[in-house]
Amino acid sequence: MKSWYARNQIAVTPWLFLLPAIAMFALYVVYPIGQSFNISLYKWDGLGEAEFIGMANYEKLLTDDKAFNVSLLNNAKWLVFYLLAIPAGLFIALFLNQTVWGIRLYKSLFFFPFVISQIVVGLVFTWFYDPTFGLFNAMIGVVGLGPVNILGDPTFATYGIIAAGLWPQTAYCMILYLTGLNAVDPEQIEAARLDGAKGLKMLWFVILPQLRPATFIAFVVTIIGALRSFDLISIMTNGGPFGSTRVLSFYMFEKSLSEYGFRMGYGAAIAVILFLIMLVFIAYFLWRMYQDEKEAR
Amino acid sequence: MFPKPIEKSTRATQLTYQGLLPIALLLWLAPLIAVALFSIRPDVDFTTGNYWGWPSSWEFSSNYWQVVNSSMPRYILNSFLITVPTVIGAVALSCMAGFALGIYKFRGNLLLFFLFIAGNFVPFQILMVPVRDLTLDLGLYNTKTGLVLFHIAFQTGFCTLFMRNFIRALPFELVEAARVEGVAEWRIFWYVVLPLMKPALAALSVLIFTFIWNDYFWAVVLTQGENAQPVTAGITSFNAQFRAMYHLMSAGSLIAALPPVAMFFLMQKHFIAGLTLGAVK
Repeated sequence: MKSWYARNQIAVTPWLFLLPAIAMFALYVVYPIGQSFNISLYKWDGLGEAEFIGMANYEKLLTDDKAFNVSLLNNAKWLVFYLLAIPAGLFIALFLNQTVWGIRLYKSLFFFPFVISQIVVGLVFTWFYDPTFGLFNAMIGVVGLGPVNILGDPTFATYGIIAAGLWPQTAYCMILYLTGLNAVDPEQIEAARLDGAKGLKMLWFVILPQLRPATFIAFVVTIIGALRSFDLISIMTNGGPFGSTRVLSFYMFEKSLSEYGFRMGYGAAIAVILFLIMLVFIAYFLWRMYQDEKEAR
Repeated sequence: MFPKPIEKSTRATQLTYQGLLPIALLLWLAPLIAVALFSIRPDVDFTTGNYWGWPSSWEFSSNYWQVVNSSMPRYILNSFLITVPTVIGAVALSCMAGFALGIYKFRGNLLLFFLFIAGNFVPFQILMVPVRDLTLDLGLYNTKTGLVLFHIAFQTGFCTLFMRNFIRALPFELVEAARVEGVAEWRIFWYVVLPLMKPALAALSVLIFTFIWNDYFWAVVLTQGENAQPVTAGITSFNAQFRAMYHLMSAGSLIAALPPVAMFFLMQKHFIAGLTLGAVK
């Protein structure tokens, strides 16, 4: 008679292997999401007694909070303009997709901004935009423009930060496309060339369809990156000037852990709204992956 | 190959291309090069407004020496002490989880897998308040351990996605053959599957190293002060200490960015393999 474990090995083993990962993930990720939903129904300073106030936090957010509206609008700007990383990355990838001497080093150096932390990217760009000694104003000064204080001006600041974010993100998309281009079928290109396709037509009808997996991943990481933007805002403007560069992720942090007192419940409500926005995209990504899984079976 | 291979074009085009490459690179990295140039200037250049002219003296060693003698090395050490255990923990957990999800067919397999993926995409802010509370309750607030535990848990999502897909692509016949031989399941993991996962382990380790090294949000949420904060958070206090001393702040930023950059250049092949997994089919 074999032991119970020996008989049920194949049924039990996966769960034993999954146990540590599930335990950690449940404790630190899944359960906290539920808790945040719950906390968002309370008025709570993080220390004392929490007071149940129902949907009051959401009511205030949606009807009577200008900073929330500014943040939401900025999130939309991030989503739209951050996506420029995808065509920009494709453009650089096409530019670098040649075999000449030293091209590998060029590719690595173009990719390099992605490896640096966003904090350093933020500092580098803060100095780049600086109205007195920044390279940016030195450059536009050559053609007789400026000086402009990009980060000090509410109309430009958010775009300035997004541009800084595009730097590493473009590098990321570039590397995705370079890898994708490596796998493009040369025979199809030859065939298309014989049919007289070239330039943009070739790109649109022959190359891009083959790059779809790369485009999908670039899209996923760029959307997630846009909604997660926090580091750059925190380091470059700290939400200013006059709160004009806040996004939901930053505003939530500010409300929950600001020096003017902790408003955890209100912060959690902002987080829930951000989460719901993200959930739309997550659902779409998962649905796409599910389609792939079904095909793979 | 697209666009047209440059070897097939005229000599003039080839030369133009090779001339354009360094110019494009210089423009692309201009903001960073500017900072590197700042970091070797003397203090006095900034007070006299000599930002772009010839430096009045070269202060490479003295500027960087001052950074080395500040609190910066302490923060860098913290970063290592946070990053390395996280890499080990997350890779270990996800190897096991990836094995379970990639090899076995059981009810809820795909659901669990999608849960890991979805968790990996959620905004940090939805976790912030509860995780901060949990860390406080465990007595781990402002410790490296607290930060490491969270990072391990969170990175497990992405790592499991990665490992599971990698294991899926391995030849399943190997597992079946081992089962026919009567090899115990955990031995199959250890002796059959794990040795085949070396490239994935390398790729994932470099990737997670960079992600965790560059984390800022959780560093400010879960730690404060020199004894636990990693360099991403520490650099703000470094900058506060050297307020308006741009030559030192530049040098400090470059040093803070160095380890992941070194990691990338040393392990480039693995790094890119990790990042682009799934970008080609």
